[in-house]
Amino acid sequence: MSLYASRRGANSVATTLCWVAAVFGLSWLALILGSLVYEGVRGLSPAVFTEMTPPPGSKGGLLNAIAGSLVMTIIGVAIGTPLGMLAGTYMAEYGRYTKLTMIVRFINDILLSAPSIVIGLFVYTILVHPMGHFSAISGAVALALLVVPVVVRTTEDMLLLVPGSMREAASALGAPRAHVVAKVAYRAAKAGLITGVLLAVARVSGETAPLLFTALNNQFWSSDLTAPMASLPVVIFQFALSPYKDWQQLAWTGALLITVAVLALSIAARALSAGRRNSK
Amino acid sequence: MNAAAQIAQVKAPLTKVSMRNLDFFYGESRSLKDVTMPLYANKVTSFIGPSGCGKSTLLRVLNRMYDLYPGQRAEGEVLLDGENILDPAIDINALRSRIGMVFQKPTPFPMSIYENIAFGIRLYEKLPRADMDARVEGALRGAALWDEVKDKLHTSGLGLSGGQQQRLCIARSVAVQPEIILFDEPCSALDPISTAKVEELIDELASRYTIAIVTHNMQQAVRVSDYTAFMYLGELVEFGETDDVFNKPQAKRTLDYITGRFG
Repeated sequence: MSLYASRRGANSVATTLCWVAAVFGLSWLALILGSLVYEGVRGLSPAVFTEMTPPPGSKGGLLNAIAGSLVMTIIGVAIGTPLGMLAGTYMAEYGRYTKLTMIVRFINDILLSAPSIVIGLFVYTILVHPMGHFSAISGAVALALLVVPVVVRTTEDMLLLVPGSMREAASALGAPRAHVVAKVAYRAAKAGLITGVLLAVARVSGETAPLLFTALNNQFWSSDLTAPMASLPVVIFQFALSPYKDWQQLAWTGALLITVAVLALSIAARALSAGRRNSK
Repeated sequence: MNAAAQIAQVKAPLTKVSMRNLDFFYGESRSLKDVTMPLYANKVTSFIGPSGCGKSTLLRVLNRMYDLYPGQRAEGEVLLDGENILDPAIDINALRSRIGMVFQKPTPFPMSIYENIAFGIRLYEKLPRADMDARVEGALRGAALWDEVKDKLHTSGLGLSGGQQQRLCIARSVAVQPEIILFDEPCSALDPISTAKVEELIDELASRYTIAIVTHNMQQAVRVSDYTAFMYLGELVEFGETDDVFNKPQAKRTLDYITGRFG
């Protein structure tokens, strides 16, 4: 066999293997999404958005869980985003060449991949235990701890992508460092920074483990941040494991809602970063 | 004082910047060696020399741009109107407001054309809207860009062509009313027509500003500058009136470079 023919042979073998691997991975994803939509859509009704989680055997919805998820995610992101942005800004703009930045980056990477259940246990120890009971605010803090590393990472990465020449040009006009960062670098990296926050929201909105140890769950409507609060992931966890048909149905529907929300966030993040590329 | 002496005095240029025994280090490596030379007020001084000879480095010393990076330092003296700008106590932002810089690649900020100009002005002055409009227009006119952008002032500066972006950057520098403008190969990313426009502009600006320009293009140096400095491996080999440097260079290395024998 000639050298050329054997190369062509090797190429088609490799291409086929790549295809098989891609189809293998995607088909599982399609199966998961397909069964989720199939099972979830059946339970969709206005009641899902207007009624509280029911006791077994009676009618109800997911309103308290949806609201709880929104409240805790919003508070978590509101705490975590400024912290992450400031840290990322320090690393990219002020301490780019310092040892502290290298150490923070290393620790942040560990935090980024830390199992979320560890975060939950940590917050249990520092908040839930001293308070003596589960609470929504400790759930929000646990989510904030998951938001921080994501935002630190994306903020630093996006600011590092801003060309140094842009900073030099602003500095050459006599702009102080803070001004260069706030008015020029942030603006140049805006789409990327927003993408980072959206990704962080997507990351935490499906988290179950950190909430199990902190906000726990609540069968009823609660707007008290110091009391336990329901959330979609925990309700799904509880209902899906139960033997009751109507609870299982609500779990499917809740899972569908989270998936659609996360998907929408991811698509928005993608669209934003695509827009950023096109504008250059 | 007789007439001849008066004429001589008028002709003798004033020194705006005086570099004395200037050394520059990137970490351990020394990239400017004992440079002593003036920049004359309201004159254009061009810096020529092969890549890596230190001409851009020298420009970045003049506005202390190197301060943004750790491990870079200058030694010696650079006197601006008699004041040593290498003094650590000097207010760098105030210094940079007096010394504008235009870079090799156009660097418009990611904001509208109007905001690009207003950005610099707002650093120093709080102006009512009408005055700001007038200043922005004046700066754009000064950079021969007004007629091309007057109908799209509030669109992104990134949408302009390369040559227009570079003139926008010049307008931005001019708008803060500096005394000196540094050009670091301002035309190397531009086509010939844009280059001609920028060169014309430099010519006009020379009556009001002290200008230093780094260029790889020797014809450009001849066209735009009154004085030329030839640098090689971090040393100032020759400095003099542009005509003299190009027509009767004193050093053999200068002659070799301008006749294209190396570099």
